[in-house]
Amino acid sequence: MTEAQLKEIIFKVLGRIAPEADLDQLDPHANVREALDIDSFDHLNFLISLHEELGVEIPEADYGQLTTLADIVRYLSARVR
Amino acid sequence: MSEFRMPSLGTDMEAGTLIEWKVKPGDRVKRGDIIADVETDKGIIEVEVFEDGVIDQILVAPDTTVPVGTALAVIRTLGAPAGPSAELPVAERSSIAAEPQVQPRLEAGRPAIQPPPVAPPMAAPARRLRASPLARKLAAELGVDLRNVQGTGPDGAIERADVERAAAAMKAAEKPTAAPVSPPSAAPPAEVKPAAPDFQARMRRAIAAAMARSNREIPHYYLETRIDMSRALRWLEAENQKRSIKERLLPVVLLIKAVARALGDVPDLNGYWIDDRLQLQEAIHIGFAIALRQGGLVIPAIHHADLKSLDELMAVLHDVIPRVRAGRLRSSEVADATITVTNLGDLGVEVVYGVIYPPQVALVGLGKITEQPWAENGMLGIRPILTATLAADHRATDGHRGGQFLESLNRHLQEPAKL
Repeated sequence: MTEAQLKEIIFKVLGRIAPEADLDQLDPHANVREALDIDSFDHLNFLISLHEELGVEIPEADYGQLTTLADIVRYLSARVR
Repeated sequence: MSEFRMPSLGTDMEAGTLIEWKVKPGDRVKRGDIIADVETDKGIIEVEVFEDGVIDQILVAPDTTVPVGTALAVIRTLGAPAGPSAELPVAERSSIAAEPQVQPRLEAGRPAIQPPPVAPPMAAPARRLRASPLARKLAAELGVDLRNVQGTGPDGAIERADVERAAAAMKAAEKPTAAPVSPPSAAPPAEVKPAAPDFQARMRRAIAAAMARSNREIPHYYLETRIDMSRALRWLEAENQKRSIKERLLPVVLLIKAVARALGDVPDLNGYWIDDRLQLQEAIHIGFAIALRQGGLVIPAIHHADLKSLDELMAVLHDVIPRVRAGRLRSSEVADATITVTNLGDLGVEVVYGVIYPPQVALVGLGKITEQPWAENGMLGIRPILTATLAADHRATDGHRGGQFLESLNRHLQEPAKL
């Protein structure tokens, strides 16, 4: 899967969680939770949805590697089949 | 026969707009069924029915705004004794008996329930009804229309005894007319067409009214304590490692459960201040504050939080939070919280000094868990620390009781496996 395809899936999931957000304006190096005002419950749902879409199981210990959009794309690219 | 009325879904709800009926005359309903959608300041609420029966008549058409207490439908009950609490377990009955219903404030100029210029002059909210919360609750239970009750309290306020008298008079009047085809209460209720929806402004106004009342009436006292969360977080981490992502627990469910357990130890904080006295509630329904991203907040009740497992509490959050955000709550969820928990830890806030949601008597504030220096047994270490605060009503409890609650909360969080 290309990075562009991954980003599209991430945006689809984020769009469901924060429908009002203008994701095109999201700085790839900004903290996604802070930028989009995502609380811990929505963050968990975000990861659950990524798991459902991509089949990637994200252990809790890895949450720290998923701070920015760039981080998330990098993390998923390394694991998605 | 009994009337299904526009419920009071929170401290300052005065009116609601019936959006849609989920039932039609002839339909059989049972307690807990959702029979209508009502729009309020808290969004669209799915209103549950409190008894088994058959829908006899629909009295209010969709898109109609009516004051709290207005009969919406007539239900033919099925052999069950009348009254909403007839068959509830004791714990639930006691919670309903003191369901927060307070004197409405019918300020002039509330656009949501202002009649349009062409409306008949009978718009119900025009007259301010003065009635004690207990009188309102009793009136709702007994099916008494407060507009027809003569108050004998201060400034003509309606009190409990006035409602009981009116109920007795109503009963006496009903006896001769066996099975009335159209009972007097089935007359078209006072109707006011809804103004253009301005949901956020209305929610803001509802919060403003509740919080202003809280600050005006409730002598708050505040206590805070720092809680070492290392045991709880270690336990949670180990637990989550065993689970798939869908089954993972968030730290907040431990906190909610620990609050519920602590309320079991110190029940004085679980109740309402109504009619100048503390009315303790047996059931522990924790109102969990959920912020809406467009602004405002909604506080759904997590029913019987003390009796739910951590998995069940997590399931409740998965069920209720999306419905809060979509504005789809059920009437019981918005009406009967016995205490509020507000968790601002996600934002990096360390200490929360809350404003109590009347008529509740306490609010528990939870901050962010941060690494902090911690001295124990003469040793200094770094620990994940949560600052928990209690805002409590000094009319209902004293600092000593509040301190016991926070101590109990701490104790339960040191034994996470038992939560």
